[in-house]
Amino acid sequence: MCLAIPGKVVEVFEQNTMRMAKVQFGGITREACLEYVPDTQIGEYVLVHVGFAISKVDEDEAKRTYELLEEMDQLTELEAPVVDEIASRRGKS
Amino acid sequence: MKYIDEYRDGKLAAKIVDEIRKIQTKPWVIMEVCGGQTHSIVKHGIDQLLPEGIELVHGPGCPVCVTPLEMIDKAHAIARRPDVIFCSFGDMLRVPGSDGDLFTIKSQAGDVRIVYSPLDCIKIARANPDKHVVFFAIGFETTAPANAMLVHSAKAQGVRNVSVLVSHVLVPPAIAAILASPENRVQAFLGPGHVCAVMGYSEYEPLSQQFHVPIVITGFEPLDLLHGILMAVRQLESGRAEVENQYSRVLDREGNRPAQALVFSVFEIGDRKWRGIGTIPASGYHLRPEFAAHDAEQIFDVAQIATRESELCISGEILKGNKKPHDCPAFGKECNPQHPLGATMVSAEGACAAYYTYGRHLEQADKLTSIHTAGAA
Repeated sequence: MCLAIPGKVVEVFEQNTMRMAKVQFGGITREACLEYVPDTQIGEYVLVHVGFAISKVDEDEAKRTYELLEEMDQLTELEAPVVDEIASRRGKS
Repeated sequence: MKYIDEYRDGKLAAKIVDEIRKIQTKPWVIMEVCGGQTHSIVKHGIDQLLPEGIELVHGPGCPVCVTPLEMIDKAHAIARRPDVIFCSFGDMLRVPGSDGDLFTIKSQAGDVRIVYSPLDCIKIARANPDKHVVFFAIGFETTAPANAMLVHSAKAQGVRNVSVLVSHVLVPPAIAAILASPENRVQAFLGPGHVCAVMGYSEYEPLSQQFHVPIVITGFEPLDLLHGILMAVRQLESGRAEVENQYSRVLDREGNRPAQALVFSVFEIGDRKWRGIGTIPASGYHLRPEFAAHDAEQIFDVAQIATRESELCISGEILKGNKKPHDCPAFGKECNPQHPLGATMVSAEGACAAYYTYGRHLEQADKLTSIHTAGAA
């Protein structure tokens, strides 16, 4: 029910005094009301729920979260050789 | 698709699970509040990826599930009227009332329509001036701005033949009710990302402080959910109890101010009955008196309807995190999505329906079969 999908704004227009947009989700384009994110520009990503954009998707934050998770990934990988090294040293001694 | 595929990376998911395993020292019970999160967790098998001892329990955040049976019967009584076009989101159509569902009413010549957006009701009302268009306005805070815009626009544009049947519920009072219960098992929450996209998360801070419970506002993709669980476990292991925001690409502490302003100009807070749980004080929205001309409950004199819930169903205990679908003897047997006995089976986002859809009702049988086979060998 609270499903909301991120999509790219490809067109902005006015309808019945309301700011509307055409939003692209993968291969599908649907209309969404922009009244709640009025400063949205073409090319930006919005989160759409039942025909309403309820939030803009912040590209920098999306990147930051993803990089945080990736860094954790790298940290774990960095740890691995150290453990191996100790193990192999132990093996040699 | 951008902002979806990146958050479904299996390799990264495995690393987050490893990280959770590394920091976990004791068992913890975490509740995801939102039905969309429950569905995603069961669909992607996230609960089964987690290290032993991290238990996910499924919260009350499925609005279709918690809509009281008498409200569904009211909707059906209105939908059966020949002068009404009854509009709803798709997921409400299969929910059975005391006598059939909206599909049954449609098959019996009732004019029942699925809409993509509540605003579609204005177009339908304009095209059908001799009919009254009623929209079943259910949902949590996420859906309230859309439903509020329908009521606001109908009044502002003078479209008189549109009304709403309101059954709106709110998340924080439900969390408070769960935490205040003496049987509560929940030690941390994954907060509802899309509810908070509208409302922000400041209203969760007093709850976190009062009950000393971590609340991590979390998104819906597999990496979001695992990241949220990791953040919750980090807090639990270090004894912290704060509100944290995993879903920062979508929301901040303040939420969507223009949406909140319109919601509060149309709705006011009042008591609401939750299916399976009962009445929770100040837990829902009602239309403000100045919108009475668009209130379906006032326009259509639908008498108080007496309903009876199944005595077998344990959905109330499941919605509070005290029990799981497998604890119910009727799960997958007398009760299934075609013949739901109660709240958690009526919508795809209910815990029982999600377990059923992804074959979890077979697991018990599989286990039993394998035990029997092992015994026989």
